[in-house]
Amino acid sequence: MAKRALTVDDSKTMRDMVAFTLKGAGFDVLEAEDGVHALSVLKGQTVDVVITDINMPNMDGVSLVKELRAKPEFKSTPILILTTEGGDDKKASGRAAGATGWIVKPFAPDKLLSVVNKVCP
Amino acid sequence: MSSDGSSGSEFDRFRVTFFEECNEILADLEVHLTQLQSEALDVEGLNAVFRAAHSIKAGAGAFGFTRLVTFTHSFEALLDKLRDGVLEQTPQISDILIRGGDNLAELVAAAQEERELPEDFAAATLADIQDILQEGEVATDASPEASVTDAAPDTATGSGSATWQVVVTPGQDLFKNATEPLLLIRELAGLGELSTECNAGNLPSLRRMDPELSYLSWTFTLVSDCTKADIEEVFEFVDDTCLIEITQSSQAANPDAQSPAPDTQPAATPEPATAEPVATPQTVAAAKPTGPGAATSQSKPPQASSIRVDLNRIDRLVNTVGELVITQAMLSEEMAELAEHTGRQHIAGQEQLAALTRELQECVMAIRMQPVKSVFARMPRLVRDLSGKLGKKINLRMAGEHTEVDKTIIEELADPLTHMIRNSIDHGMEMPADRVAAGKSEEGTIDLSAAHVGGNIVISVMDDGAGINRERVLGKAIEKGIVAPDAHLSEHEIDELIFAPGFSTADSVTDISGRGVGMDVVRRNIMGIGGRIQVTSTPGRGTRFNLLIPLTLAVLDGMIVAVGDQRYILPITSIVESFRPEREQLRFLDDRTQVVSIRGEFIRIVKLCDLFNINKAVRDPASGLVVLVEVAGGGKVGITVDELIGQQQIVIKSLNDNFDPVEGISGATILGNGKVALILDIEQLAAMRASNGGRHFAGELGVLPGGAIVAAE
Repeated sequence: MAKRALTVDDSKTMRDMVAFTLKGAGFDVLEAEDGVHALSVLKGQTVDVVITDINMPNMDGVSLVKELRAKPEFKSTPILILTTEGGDDKKASGRAAGATGWIVKPFAPDKLLSVVNKVCP
Repeated sequence: MSSDGSSGSEFDRFRVTFFEECNEILADLEVHLTQLQSEALDVEGLNAVFRAAHSIKAGAGAFGFTRLVTFTHSFEALLDKLRDGVLEQTPQISDILIRGGDNLAELVAAAQEERELPEDFAAATLADIQDILQEGEVATDASPEASVTDAAPDTATGSGSATWQVVVTPGQDLFKNATEPLLLIRELAGLGELSTECNAGNLPSLRRMDPELSYLSWTFTLVSDCTKADIEEVFEFVDDTCLIEITQSSQAANPDAQSPAPDTQPAATPEPATAEPVATPQTVAAAKPTGPGAATSQSKPPQASSIRVDLNRIDRLVNTVGELVITQAMLSEEMAELAEHTGRQHIAGQEQLAALTRELQECVMAIRMQPVKSVFARMPRLVRDLSGKLGKKINLRMAGEHTEVDKTIIEELADPLTHMIRNSIDHGMEMPADRVAAGKSEEGTIDLSAAHVGGNIVISVMDDGAGINRERVLGKAIEKGIVAPDAHLSEHEIDELIFAPGFSTADSVTDISGRGVGMDVVRRNIMGIGGRIQVTSTPGRGTRFNLLIPLTLAVLDGMIVAVGDQRYILPITSIVESFRPEREQLRFLDDRTQVVSIRGEFIRIVKLCDLFNINKAVRDPASGLVVLVEVAGGGKVGITVDELIGQQQIVIKSLNDNFDPVEGISGATILGNGKVALILDIEQLAAMRASNGGRHFAGELGVLPGGAIVAAE
C-alpha cells in the first residue's frame, strides 16, 4: 500500500509543491488548509507523515502538532514542520510541541524527500 | 541545510498558482493596509499581514525570485516585531508598511511579468526597515538568547577519509517526537562505513520498563570523507534531546586535519548558518520565546469552510447545467404538446423538475460569484494617492462591497472603475479653496456603491464635485467634429458626449486620468461584459455614473427574434425599443443604406436578411419590425426582424471551439424546441454594414446622437 502523507499549509502553492514532490515519490497525499482543517481530515484515518506549515489561520502548526501528539493514534506519526531559514525559535517550539523535524523553506524536491525519508519508515 | 533557490525549475508548474495566490494575498493586504491609514492594526490584522508576507516569501523562494525574498524577509521581520509588541505601531512604521505593501505588489508584478526592476527599487523602504529593526535590537538586546543551541557552526574539518567516533546518548523522551533511531542510524551508514555499538546498560528490567521511553545509547565508528557538519546534519532534529559527541579519532588519509579543508569552514566565526546577511533572525529569535502563544483566538473555529476548485471544472459544471436547463425546456415543451393530445393536464414531477432545474442553475451560478470587495478594496488607495498628488481633499465612502457578481465580470470591472474614479477625482472634484468658495465643505466626497437590482448589479460612482461642464464638453465635441456646430443637444445628450469615441478632454490630459484612455473605452469595456453605463450630472452639485452589469456572463437575458425561418437572439440590455415604422419614416440614403427617422433622429437600418442571406424573410421594414439597439461604441442602429418571439434567459454556448469567428455572431444557444439560435453581436453587426459600402455615411450616422447628419467629405 502506498504511503500516505498529509500536507497542511494555507498556501496552495506550498501544498501543491509538497504534494507534487511526494506524489512523485509514490505517496498518496492529503491536503489541509490549516490546523483545524487538518484535524478534521485526520478524523478516522491515519497517515504515515504529516508536513505542516507554522503560520496559518485558525490553528497554527505548533498547536496542530500538540493536538496530534495528544492523540494515541498519532503518537508515533512523524510530523515535520515547515520553517524558514533562521527560524530557530520555530524549530525549538515545534520540537517542544512534539514535531519530529523540520524542513526549511524554500526547499528543493530532493531535500524534502530526504527529510521525509529521514523520519518516515 | 541547503536552501536552493534554483530548485525552481521542478516547481515551475506551480508558478501560476503562486501568482494567483499572491494576487489574492495582495488584495487582502490592501484591505488591512487601508485600515492602517486610519487606525493601528489589531492582532488579527497584524497576523494577517504577517502571513501575507510570509506566504509570498515562501513561494518566492521556491521559484528563485531573490529580490522578492529579500524584501519579504525584511518586511516580515518588521511585522514579526510588531506582532510581538516589541515595536509599537508609530505613524512612521505605518507609513513604511503602506509603502512596503506597494513595493511588494510591484515586486510580485515584476516577477510575474519577468521584468527587471531598477537596482535601487524599494531600497528606501528596506533601509527604513533596517533602521527600525536595529533600533529595536538595541532596545531589546537584554532579552534572553533563545535556549536553542544553534545548529552548530561548522567547526569541523575533513577531506579525504577519516574515522569519526560518534557517541549518541538520547534523552529518555526521544520517542515523544516520533523519532525513529533506526532511520538515523541508516542515514549515518549512508555516509560511509559504519560500525555500531549499542549500549544497553540503562535498560531496566522488563517489569520496570516504560515502552514509550528510550534507554539505549550508541557509539558509532564511521569511516567517511564527510565533514563534521554532515554528521551533525543526521542528528539535527534530535540534538535537543540527545547528547551527541563527534570526534575525529584518527586521520588516516588526512594528516593535516587542522588546515581548513575545501570551503564551508567559517573557521572561528561563531555565527549561525544563515545565508542572508540581513541582521534580523537572531533578534527575532530572541524576541520570540512566546512562540505559539501569540496566536490567540484560534481555538474556536467559526469559519465557513471552503475549498478551492479549478475554474475549468466549474465552467464544465456550468455548461452541463446549461445543457440540463435546455433539456428540461425541451422536455416541458414536448410534454405540453403531449398534454394536448392526451388531455392530461398535469404530468407528475414536471413542474418540480422545472423548479429544481432552475434552482440548480442558480446554485451553480452562485459558485462563480464573488463579492465586488476585491475590486473596491483597491480604490481607497487610489483616492488617497491621487488626492494627495492633486492637493484635493477627498473622502471615499463605500457601500455594498459584499454584493456578489461573477468572477469573470469582477476581473473586467477593475479597469473601468479605476478610470471612473480617476476621472471623478481629476475632473469632477474641485480644489479645496474652490469648494469653500462654492459654499461646500472643503472635503469632497466620492460614494462608491454596489447593489443588486433585478438580475443585474448596479455600481455607482457619485461625487459631489463641480459636475460636468457642459459648455466645455459641447465645445470640445464640436471642435473634434463629433457633433455638428449647429446641433441642438439636450443636457443629457451633452453629458453622454463624454462617452463618444475620440472625445477626450485633451487639454486636461494629466498623468492622472490621461492614460490615453477616455470614457469611451470605459463604456466599451462595460458593454463588452453586457453592461451599460449612464451618467447624470448637476452643475455645481456633482456627477453620478451608474454601471448596470449583468450578474454573469454565462446566461443572458435575450430577446428571441425571427427572421425568415431562422431564430436569433438579441441581448435585452442593448435593446432600446422595437416598432413597426411607417413607410414615410424610411429613407434611402443610397441604394444600400436605409435609415429610419424616429423622433427627429435618423437611425441606420441593418437588415439581417441581407447580411445573412435569408430568403423567406420580410424584406420591407414597414411590414416587419425594427428593433432599436444601442451600440457599445455609441449611437444606435435599427435591426430589421420579422417578429419578436419572446424574451428568455438563455445559456450562452461559445462557438469559438468549433468554428472560426463568424462576423456578427457572438455565440449560440439551444432553444426549447431543440433548435440552435445564434446570438447577435451588435457591435459587429453595426461595423459590418459600415464596411460593406457607404462606409463614411453609415459610420458617421451611427454615432450621431442629436440627429444632425454630417456628410462625409
